[in-house]
Amino acid sequence: MARMKFLCDAERCIECNGCVTACKQEHEIPWGVNRRRVVTLNDGVPGEKSISVACMHCSDAPCMAVCPVDCFYKTSEGVVLHDKDLCIGCGYCFYACPFGAPQFPQDGAFGLRGKMDKCTFCAGGPEPDFSAAEFKKYGRNRLAEGKLPACAEMCATKALLGGDSDVIADIYRNRVLKRGKGSEVWGWGTAYGKPEKQPAAQPGAKS
Amino acid sequence: MLLTRKSTSVSASPSRLTRNVAGMLGRTIDRRTFLQRSGITLGAGAVATQLPFNLVHKAEAAQDAGGNLEVKRTICTHCSVGCAIDAVVQNGVWIRQEPVFDSPINLGAHCAKGASIREHGMTHDSHRLKTPMKLVGGKWQKVTWDQALKEVSDKLLAIRNDKEKGGPDATFWIGSSKHNNEQSYLFRKFVSMFGTNNMDHQARICHSTTVAGVANTWGYGAMTNSYNDEQNSKCILFFGSNAAEAHPVSMLHTLHAKENGAKVIVVDPRFTRTAAKADTYYRIRSGTDVAFLWGMLHHIFKNGWEDKEYIKARVYGMDKVQAEVAKWTPEEVEKVTGMKEAEVRDVAEKMAKNKPSTIVWAMGQTQHTNGNAIVRASCILQLALGNVGVSGGGTNIYRGHDNVQGATDVGPNPDSLPGYYGIFTGSWKYWSGVWGVDYEWLKGRFASQALMEKPGITVSRWQDAVMEKNENLDQDPNLRAVIFWGHAPNSQNRGKEMVEAMKKLDLLVVIDPYPSATAAMAAMVRQDGVYLLPAATQMECAGSATASNRSIQWREKVIEPMFDSRTDHMIMYQLAEKFGFAKEFMAKIKLTKGKEGKTEPDMEDTLREINRGVWTIGYTGQSPERLQAHMRNLHVFDVKTLRAKGGKDAKTGYVLDGDYYGLPWPCYGNAALKHPGSPNLYDTSKHMMDGGGNFRANFGVEKDGVNLLAEDGSHSKGADITTGYPELDHVLLKKLGWWDELSEGEKKAAEGKNWKTDMSGGLIRVFMKNHGCHPFGNAKARAMVWNFPDAVPLHREPLFSPRPDLIEKYPTHADQKNRWRMPVLFKTVQDANKDAVKQYPLIMTSGRLVEYEGGGDETRSNPWLAELQQEMFVEINPKDANDRGVKNNEYVWVQTPTKARIKVKSQVTERVAPGTVFLPFHFAGWFEGKDLLDYYPEGAAPIVRGEAVNTATTYGYDIVTMMQETKTTLCQVAKA
Repeated sequence: MARMKFLCDAERCIECNGCVTACKQEHEIPWGVNRRRVVTLNDGVPGEKSISVACMHCSDAPCMAVCPVDCFYKTSEGVVLHDKDLCIGCGYCFYACPFGAPQFPQDGAFGLRGKMDKCTFCAGGPEPDFSAAEFKKYGRNRLAEGKLPACAEMCATKALLGGDSDVIADIYRNRVLKRGKGSEVWGWGTAYGKPEKQPAAQPGAKS
Repeated sequence: MLLTRKSTSVSASPSRLTRNVAGMLGRTIDRRTFLQRSGITLGAGAVATQLPFNLVHKAEAAQDAGGNLEVKRTICTHCSVGCAIDAVVQNGVWIRQEPVFDSPINLGAHCAKGASIREHGMTHDSHRLKTPMKLVGGKWQKVTWDQALKEVSDKLLAIRNDKEKGGPDATFWIGSSKHNNEQSYLFRKFVSMFGTNNMDHQARICHSTTVAGVANTWGYGAMTNSYNDEQNSKCILFFGSNAAEAHPVSMLHTLHAKENGAKVIVVDPRFTRTAAKADTYYRIRSGTDVAFLWGMLHHIFKNGWEDKEYIKARVYGMDKVQAEVAKWTPEEVEKVTGMKEAEVRDVAEKMAKNKPSTIVWAMGQTQHTNGNAIVRASCILQLALGNVGVSGGGTNIYRGHDNVQGATDVGPNPDSLPGYYGIFTGSWKYWSGVWGVDYEWLKGRFASQALMEKPGITVSRWQDAVMEKNENLDQDPNLRAVIFWGHAPNSQNRGKEMVEAMKKLDLLVVIDPYPSATAAMAAMVRQDGVYLLPAATQMECAGSATASNRSIQWREKVIEPMFDSRTDHMIMYQLAEKFGFAKEFMAKIKLTKGKEGKTEPDMEDTLREINRGVWTIGYTGQSPERLQAHMRNLHVFDVKTLRAKGGKDAKTGYVLDGDYYGLPWPCYGNAALKHPGSPNLYDTSKHMMDGGGNFRANFGVEKDGVNLLAEDGSHSKGADITTGYPELDHVLLKKLGWWDELSEGEKKAAEGKNWKTDMSGGLIRVFMKNHGCHPFGNAKARAMVWNFPDAVPLHREPLFSPRPDLIEKYPTHADQKNRWRMPVLFKTVQDANKDAVKQYPLIMTSGRLVEYEGGGDETRSNPWLAELQQEMFVEINPKDANDRGVKNNEYVWVQTPTKARIKVKSQVTERVAPGTVFLPFHFAGWFEGKDLLDYYPEGAAPIVRGEAVNTATTYGYDIVTMMQETKTTLCQVAKA
């Protein structure tokens, strides 16, 4: 069984926001909720790099650890999902998440945040596959259709890869070998653990 | 509690992933490995996978009833890259979009605009123009189509028939690069039959300088190679292009080339997102492009890096260029451009020593008062390096709109009939023949034969044709009616003056899917005389579109025209009926039933008429059947070469093998000849029937005693004539003794004709297929274009120059009394604004954002895009901001020498150097600090509104084409 991961190649990401609108469009996500966003460092100066960030579906997900109502669960493919019927909107997951992934549709004082929303790796939620309830709460279930997340599938430069970690690591390793740089895989150390598991780890590589 | 989710996924995922990146993998990782590793097969529930969620329950029932789930293949309308999209439609509703991994152009990839194009089909909270509207007492009022068409046509006819102050030339028709080829073509024909050449479209303000400059250099004014072909480049220079924002998916190919070792260089006044991905970035002063290019050539000639053999065999006039280049010493170049000798030399050396190398440009080169000279200097650089007609080389000119190339080729140009045939007597006679109408009748539609053969007014200057003193115009009436048929006013400079012109018009008509800024600007200053007619989008009709690389792609209709909108060709037909020339308009084109059973021109049949007429640029071989076969079999085309490797269309049996994707024009001869299209222009390493070529013989055979034809031994591969030769006509074919290779029928058709007018295609067939020769001849490219004001490109300071000290040495042109029916000012404006820099010390330049496109009315109405860019802004360097007491993200006024001022948010960034500010041009809906929300029809205002940068831009036009200057002017910024 595949282990699903995201990988964003900072050497390729051009901050075009294709991943962001692909996600919004596919799941019909309301204004103000961003399951995925593109973060740019050193904006406007040499060294400018962009990274597309969403829930990374961590191996040892901090959100799951802190959730007071245990609304999170993990699929056999490693996708971290949650049950909105259980979620109380406390926001602990948001504080725990190293990637700022959890989103709350409503602003305001404690208790008014509404149910947490986040990237599902296009894998829906606990409701039956393709059901109206699943779509309404979590969006489409592309994995169950045999497809991959819309953001990665539509990425303009194939910077964002999403899928079986073995496969995306191979693709990335191949690129790194070709261009001889860019081996740092942003966020993988935090999300998926030990550095030796990262693709093409090189001495001095950051994570 | 740790749940493990039901493991029911179909999980074809890894194979999708491989398909996703397949084109980028080269041969190093093969697909099979993946499939085996993951043990996956496609198939399970392939139909179910397309099931839309909100129709799941219904769909299950629907499936029993045969299912109404359809997948329509279309092409994104947001730029010229031409990304394919599979639209999933259920019962007429567009419910999902899926990436098309098989497209050799985009391999499933999309930018923000392409990935959210499904918004087109969303009915709830749509900001479309939903019904025809009329301005009554300053308020928008709904009217019926019948009433709108009647009133608009009555008013237009009244102006047309007004012998005193009217006539057909008192109207101006702004067509659109968003129209497909068929609609663009019909638009040219429609306005011709109305009786005027006063029509234009976005190409004027986007690449008109390219088209004129490049075509006059070597034959055709288009991108020579393709986005894909950059994968073959060893060095890529972006000079006047910010592809990462304007053509994001093209970066797929650029970055792949880079990973394979190609050097990527960006030279730009601004550190763009493209620069962030480059190996090398150098800053240049805006508007000094020719100086930089000559600076590069200075190093190239000095070091002997030029391709001497190539120049000798294939280039005319390089010696004259060398004389000009000699003046551009490194010191002079630095003085003018601000670039150091080492920087300029570095770019020159990288381009010269990493061949094939290519240069990429877009609006950064074209939108200048000397745009025609800049683009020619870029061509000359590539000629000197022997890079043209070479895979991996060429001039990769990125067009803007999805079909701006096609609309330029066959659409509403004021100086030419479809296919660059011009508007000479002979051109009109030829096209009357193609259209099946009497030439005398057509001539009678115009005010006079003289006006029929005089290039019309350009879109860049329609406001001047309204406001200019009548005696200064080279036509009788001033403009009294303007029809905006798919065009944004805020993409044009001098917006404040445009509003004055709008006030003065008798009639203003907007035909568009959105009311556009035109509606709001007009309602701000008018009480009546404005009509809005809702047009359908390209997702709501079928037709072909020509991508920047000249590949033509066929769009299927995704959905029916929404709300009360109608297709552009239906509206044209209905107006033609009102004007009384519907029969002539459709003399040789089939009519079909469109929306609600109403009659409209058949798009496939319209393409067939284009195929019958446009021989000059090879739009003859792209029959609807061939194009559609390509769209059904995208997977057979190679990503690097665009060529089909084998393949047969299952539906028609058409053999795809050897075709280039989308039959990139020129695709010479008729469809039966099966020319494969031309992936890279002027490529002598290939046979003509393999898409090869050479430079065009379009300028005579000699000039002042110097041979203009190619030298001995320089010819397309396998040509029977191994030296230069003139273009093909019946005399030449007879002289060569090849006349008898024509059939009897072909002989009859070809007698007295040339390759451009022989509608049998016989001349081309014999010359090209039997003898491997190029129908347009074989000549040298011209480094010196003697018919242009500056035969050798010259640096000229912008009209609003930040360097008054350089104006004397590099002055602009003298004022011109009559260009495109109007006077145009150069020197007067430059002199009058010599000291403007004291009051307006900042260079103001403009450009694109990835989230929006063009005037932005459509994309700013798409919530998925609008959320990402909610406010108009100005990029300003920290130094300039601090000196003005401006902090990041606060309102500032940007004022230019026109006195127009716009209120925008500051974005303090080192992306721009001290002394330069940048503003995006997609915004509109504010005017000098005021939100125009109330002036839009209710519910049809874009979600995001902001100041249009062009409200404030200044005067300035290219002398050859009337391209507007938007890239270099002056301004001052002050805290609001």
